[in-house]
Amino acid sequence: MPPAIRVEHVSKKFRIGCNGNGGRYRMLREVVSDALSAPWRRSLKSSTDPDADDFWALKSMNFEVQPGEAIGFLGRNGAGKSTLLKILSQITPPTTGRIELRGSVGSLLEVGTGFHLELTGRDNVFMNGSILGMSRREIQRKFDEIVDFSGVEQFLDTPVKRYSSGMRVRLAFAVAAHLEPDILMVDEVLAVGDAEFQKKCLTKMQEVGRAGRTVFFVSHHLGSLRSLCTRGIVLESGRITADDDIGRAIAHYLQGIEEMSACAVADRTDRSGAGEVRLTDVEVSDGEGGPRGTLRTGQAARFTLDVSKIASGLECVFFIYDEHGQMVTVFDSQVFAVHDERKHSDVPRMVCELDEVLLAAGRYRIDVVIISNARQQDWLVGATWFRVLPGDIRGRPAKQTRPNSNLSFPHRWQVPIKVGG
Amino acid sequence: MEDERIVIQAIPSRRAAEVCTLVPEDESDNPDVRPLRLKVIKPPSGWQLIDVGELWRHRELLFFFAWRDVKVRYRQTLLGAGWAVVQPLLMMVVFTIFLGRVAGAGSTDLPYPLFVYTGLLPWMFFSSAIASAGNSVVSSESIITKIYFPRLLVPFAAVAATVVDCCCALGMLLLMLLYYRVWPGATLLLVPVLIALTGLLALGIGTLLAAMNVAYRDVKYVIPFMIQLWMFATPAIYMQVSSAAGLDQLRPESAAVAGLETAAADTDVARPAGHDRYASVSMPLFRLNPMNGFVAFFRAAVLGTPLPWAQLAAGTAITAVALGVGVFYFRRVENTFADVI
Repeated sequence: MPPAIRVEHVSKKFRIGCNGNGGRYRMLREVVSDALSAPWRRSLKSSTDPDADDFWALKSMNFEVQPGEAIGFLGRNGAGKSTLLKILSQITPPTTGRIELRGSVGSLLEVGTGFHLELTGRDNVFMNGSILGMSRREIQRKFDEIVDFSGVEQFLDTPVKRYSSGMRVRLAFAVAAHLEPDILMVDEVLAVGDAEFQKKCLTKMQEVGRAGRTVFFVSHHLGSLRSLCTRGIVLESGRITADDDIGRAIAHYLQGIEEMSACAVADRTDRSGAGEVRLTDVEVSDGEGGPRGTLRTGQAARFTLDVSKIASGLECVFFIYDEHGQMVTVFDSQVFAVHDERKHSDVPRMVCELDEVLLAAGRYRIDVVIISNARQQDWLVGATWFRVLPGDIRGRPAKQTRPNSNLSFPHRWQVPIKVGG
Repeated sequence: MEDERIVIQAIPSRRAAEVCTLVPEDESDNPDVRPLRLKVIKPPSGWQLIDVGELWRHRELLFFFAWRDVKVRYRQTLLGAGWAVVQPLLMMVVFTIFLGRVAGAGSTDLPYPLFVYTGLLPWMFFSSAIASAGNSVVSSESIITKIYFPRLLVPFAAVAATVVDCCCALGMLLLMLLYYRVWPGATLLLVPVLIALTGLLALGIGTLLAAMNVAYRDVKYVIPFMIQLWMFATPAIYMQVSSAAGLDQLRPESAAVAGLETAAADTDVARPAGHDRYASVSMPLFRLNPMNGFVAFFRAAVLGTPLPWAQLAAGTAITAVALGVGVFYFRRVENTFADVI
């Protein structure tokens, strides 16, 4: 059987600051003046590197996918996952290389593409379905099923602008879930809706996978990738660094994150965000002069986060993940408490202290998000790793008795004992 | 190591043989299996042909886009689709009141309202079609960056949606013909042809503007200005005076000029100097305006006056050129839309 997808030497170049992504619009005036000054500029430019402004988002990528495979794409921010998906779904062309796709292709880069707020729910089902590549007859046939799945049947003839955002998402996902292409590409769309609906979608996606379709998933959510995919491809700055079964690919991805954190925080380039303020250093310690990067269950801890400057509205969110890439907890400075200290200072440093580490013994990583002016300025996955040594929480040893049970809480038991026993 | 393995696996030697097969090789072995379409994605190379087959496969989406535009356009208005009729009607009333006398409608035996309406109808169809087609791609940004479909559908659907308005206005025209007891006869059958030609012209210019608009947002501001100027160059609200000799002495008689002349005659002042020169300079430009022929022909077909076939032919030829330029330019740059928009 020929492969469903064959990708050969695919590269994608963006021009930074000019017409490429993130650039601003060109005005006719600039084009004219460019054209006029071209003869002079050419002579000037020949001395400099003409490719200085180029950015290769994908570099000579090769892989094949057999029909019926479910593939997860993993990679840090800016590794090229979304670019690859956009090329595979024909939204943007590759700069070099060639791709063969066998069968109909459906791509879900967003939930509810083409939804129009003025149209009713019913109209939008048809509009959205048609944009996703369904025929009118196909939509009519599945209409009841779609409406059933979405659970908004009472509001079908109400304009979508009067829907709650949750209802919109559910209706949109219901349409998408009934798409039956030979090749389906999905980008982070499972991260919408409430938990229950997410579960419903996940089940539906698994059905799609079982029906022999070829499915591509791009997600940061390792849990759903693990349950949906059979094979994983890890991208790192535009190249494939691993192509293996999903478990090993995830392990490779996590290892990559760990290796990156060996590099000093200030030198890391795998960031995303506006960039006005950057994280420059992270230190995890027990706050009592113990070794850096080592905590003990039940003891105090201190997270020190240095940034490049003090900007207005500076805030920080950091996430703790376990070794398996499972998120354990979040610390968010935007959620205030009375004991927080906010005062004028010259030192661009944020400190987060806690009295009792509730984590079980093991290795953990933290991902840091820096916010200022209500914008995400920096996002660094795996900013640093730390180790938690076994200890007691209020006199009780905290043990990891089940896999993924990373948290322990101070607690008391009341257990009856058999009388006369 | 892993990298190497992938590369070896992915460079097949029988690549060339497969490029042209549109069905998988195993089709004969497996008659139950539906033949899968092979799609090849390559870097864009210069000028693209129009993939008619692909457009045809997406005809339903074209319909849905147009249907959405029509449905959304008059949402939450009291008059609803009535606006499609009211707009040209109001324009007609305004022009009749303000220009009816000045413009010297006496040059024709026909009622001036009917005369204006027959000019405004194709013109308003044309102008609203290029305006909405010109902005169509930019306003579909959220769809274009998220999903693939033949991009040409967007301006095509924008023009298709204005056809609906045009049909409402045509219904009104029929009522007016009945009211004024003007019945041209069989030439009325040419009206759909004229509407189609005007639509194709709008399609050509609309796709060109839509594609340029993506890279240069200046176009958005140029469009209303262009439409206004173009209207002055089109005999929509004024008469195209032609002498008995016919087309060779075709002269642009804008309402303003005609009014000026009437005034001049009254006060015995000589004609404005340079008027003839203006006419002779603008004449070739005037002939290049395809809407000139379309409006004149439309009016003649509806009112039953002699049909200016030569003008129609010239307009049709220019329409073909505009359509070719517009669509091919669009195809050439459409690859970059998602990155640039």
